[in-house]
Amino acid sequence: MKLHINGNEYDIDTPENTSLLDVLRIHLKLTGSKYGCGEGICGACRVLIDGHATASCITPVGSVQHKEVVTIEGLAKDGRLHPVQQAFLDEDAFQCAYCTSGMIISAVALTNKSPKPSRQEIIDAMQINICRCCAYPRIIEAISNV
Amino acid sequence: MDKLTMTTMENSIRYPEETPDRLRIATSSKVVTRRNFFRLLGGGIAVALSQSCVYGWSDAPPVSEQLAADENTIAAWIHIHEDGSVSVFTGKVEVGQNIRTSLAQVVAEELAVPIQHIALIMGDTSLTPYDAGTFGSRTTPYMGPQLRKAAASLREALLEKAAKALKVPATALRAEAGKIVDGSSGKTLAYGTLTRGEKLLIPINEAVTLTAAEQWTVAGTSIPKINGRDFVTGKHQYTSDMVLPDMVYGKILRPPAYGATLAAVDVTKAKAMPHVTVVQTADFIGVTAPDPQTAANALARIAAQWNTTPQPSKAELFAYLKDNARHGGGDEDDRQEARRLFEASTHRLEHRVEVQYIAHVPLEPRAAIAEWNDGQLTVWTGTQRPFGVQEELAGAFSLAKEQVRVIMPDTGSAYGGKHSGEAALEAARLAKVVGKPVKIVWTREEEFKWAYFRPAGLIEVAAALKDDGTIASWEFHNYNSGNAGIDLPYEAGVKHIRYHPSRTPLRQGSYRALAATANVFAIECMVDDLARLLQRDPLEFRLSQLTDVRMRGVLTAAADRFGWGGKKAPGHGFGIACGFVKNSYIATCAEVAYGQANGQLEVVRLVAAYDCGAIVNPKHLENQVLGAILQGLGGALFEAIDFKDGRILNPTLSTYRVPRFADIPPLDIVLIDQKDIPSAGAGETPIVGTAPAIRNAIADATGVRLHQLPLIPQGLKMN
Ligand code: FES
Ligand code: FES
Repeated sequence: MKLHINGNEYDIDTPENTSLLDVLRIHLKLTGSKYGCGEGICGACRVLIDGHATASCITPVGSVQHKEVVTIEGLAKDGRLHPVQQAFLDEDAFQCAYCTSGMIISAVALTNKSPKPSRQEIIDAMQINICRCCAYPRIIEAISNV
Repeated sequence: MDKLTMTTMENSIRYPEETPDRLRIATSSKVVTRRNFFRLLGGGIAVALSQSCVYGWSDAPPVSEQLAADENTIAAWIHIHEDGSVSVFTGKVEVGQNIRTSLAQVVAEELAVPIQHIALIMGDTSLTPYDAGTFGSRTTPYMGPQLRKAAASLREALLEKAAKALKVPATALRAEAGKIVDGSSGKTLAYGTLTRGEKLLIPINEAVTLTAAEQWTVAGTSIPKINGRDFVTGKHQYTSDMVLPDMVYGKILRPPAYGATLAAVDVTKAKAMPHVTVVQTADFIGVTAPDPQTAANALARIAAQWNTTPQPSKAELFAYLKDNARHGGGDEDDRQEARRLFEASTHRLEHRVEVQYIAHVPLEPRAAIAEWNDGQLTVWTGTQRPFGVQEELAGAFSLAKEQVRVIMPDTGSAYGGKHSGEAALEAARLAKVVGKPVKIVWTREEEFKWAYFRPAGLIEVAAALKDDGTIASWEFHNYNSGNAGIDLPYEAGVKHIRYHPSRTPLRQGSYRALAATANVFAIECMVDDLARLLQRDPLEFRLSQLTDVRMRGVLTAAADRFGWGGKKAPGHGFGIACGFVKNSYIATCAEVAYGQANGQLEVVRLVAAYDCGAIVNPKHLENQVLGAILQGLGGALFEAIDFKDGRILNPTLSTYRVPRFADIPPLDIVLIDQKDIPSAGAGETPIVGTAPAIRNAIADATGVRLHQLPLIPQGLKMN
């Protein structure tokens, strides 16, 4: 089947019920999206599917065939970081940073929709994303600074 | 004593896109030893730190023999390459506490090189000197000062070399940005050029002059995470992301419960699957396949029957811990005296405190890749103890330690939960049989079920007051959870404090601040209730029983920032708590609100003051402190492992609740920078104040005195 990921077209051959996360990580070696729970509730694996932040671990790859997928690897353009990436970097909004790619994806979806989100909007939009290191206050700062 | 407000910190440093990468040698699968690494690194100048920091080598070769003789005592290396770049070799590891950055800052400061020129090679048993592990908040107080001294010794040696080359006295020269500068002639010599063609090993100068904390320009500042760009772009490779040529994925057959043993097993269906290998020894069954999904499918086709034996359940946990305890020892005279005073007092309280098992839940689960090459084993794994895992593996396969290399890529957190090498051992066992590199990544469920927990504990405290309001007697028994933070920081007449180890129904181990989360909770609940018994202000009561000026300092600083004693809205309560663990001090204030109408309890805000001596990187320190305080919210309010008959009942993130964005109250942190006091590590202590401060605030708001952790897993129940 054909997939559109980060502006590239890929032809892959896996069962349609394989998770998008496995396809990204194992088959396409796009390992920026992480596994954290496998049940759609930690946000570590989030990618943009037609602009919506979506858990790739519970998304069967067959369901995204005609959609545009963007992963953390696809956010920077010509070596320039996406403003959300830059904000996370500037604010040091991580410790171990394992949650970071999922956090950035959720924040990109949010700021595309609502460029200057309120604290409450940030909390609502990010509620799925777990940061076990609890860098939450920094992440809120970073998103507020985008 | 200056107080820092963090919001004013600037990040002015930008790193080049590619940080210098000396790890190329580290990725060759050939085992490298310290004996030959100089050869691999080429020329340059190096300094080695011994555990005792006493070395008397001249810089004459043959260096390698001398190293070999003493290599067991080496703690770290700094090496300046001929191109001027600097490698620092340490057995410490990075799990998100940002020591890769803070240690580089220390070296940059003393060596006078741009921090961008420094690469840290960490936690590689073949390249870095032995290290017992990264835990117990020991990196900053021990490794930091050693590296500082080594870097300063290197700088001095370079000044002397330059003085000879330029034929001027060393005092006329200064070190600056990786160069030696002659102030009068304006001539400069880059560090790298000073050593061209030579391999110099210089001794540490014990008497070397160090830069005073007041003069720090790189250390003591908020430098951003050194390889931060790799993390925001998804480029950094955690162990779970790495791939080796020809690698296959492994899965392990797990028992259904603690204590279960295999009765019968049929692996024929799994074996019949294409590209699948089943590995079976007496007590160990695993599969490998070219991708993880196929491996999981193969595992599901194995039919196993298990013998189980009855196991304890959560409902009887605390009786079990007390019944199975071994007496903590020591003489009983003080106990009898404490009892006598307790019985004689009119102002006395007795508490029984229950603390549940909780899970670390590192967001990156355990992961390892193992590869065998001519009888040599190389393993990449996320562990806080690479040298411990090396020993574990050498023991398991009857190898010499030199035949095992463990490499620890920067890892997706640990919090004390990754001291062991389970995944490493499993991957190595599979790889040995299949003859290919094998990767194992635990599922979240495996991580919940088969890793280890923060110990559960039962604590019994009895305290009595004298008529003058001082503490007459203090009797404290901790069953199972441990010793850390068990001492009473307050003045007291007679003290009897014991930890009684017990049999644990679940696998337990290290955790952030260890048992101090339990002990400080029990102490601070009791002290608060004593204050209320006397109708005294909890802050004033604490201060009246404390002599330690730094503890008094954090309490006062937190209370001032919080507005202790100020007006409270109806239904709101204030709570305070303090603690001292591993040479640093925390005080935390909490405000909670209880809604009569909806029965909801809300943590409205937290304020904490923290003192860990001199501050190396204010922003990363604040990150560590706020991370620990907020992680403490989970264990304070709702985290608990549920188990029955040896089975974990909530082994998923949908059934085991961890703090999320909506749980996070506004948090204000006062960092107290004690420039003249050596820095202590900050990854642990701040966690201990959260639970008791919230508990005491709940008591203030509602009169309900809770004596368990977590406090309100099902919300607050008013009787
Ligand atoms: S791994 Fe997909 S949401 Fe957690
Ligand atoms: S930074 Fe470690 S999980 Fe978020």
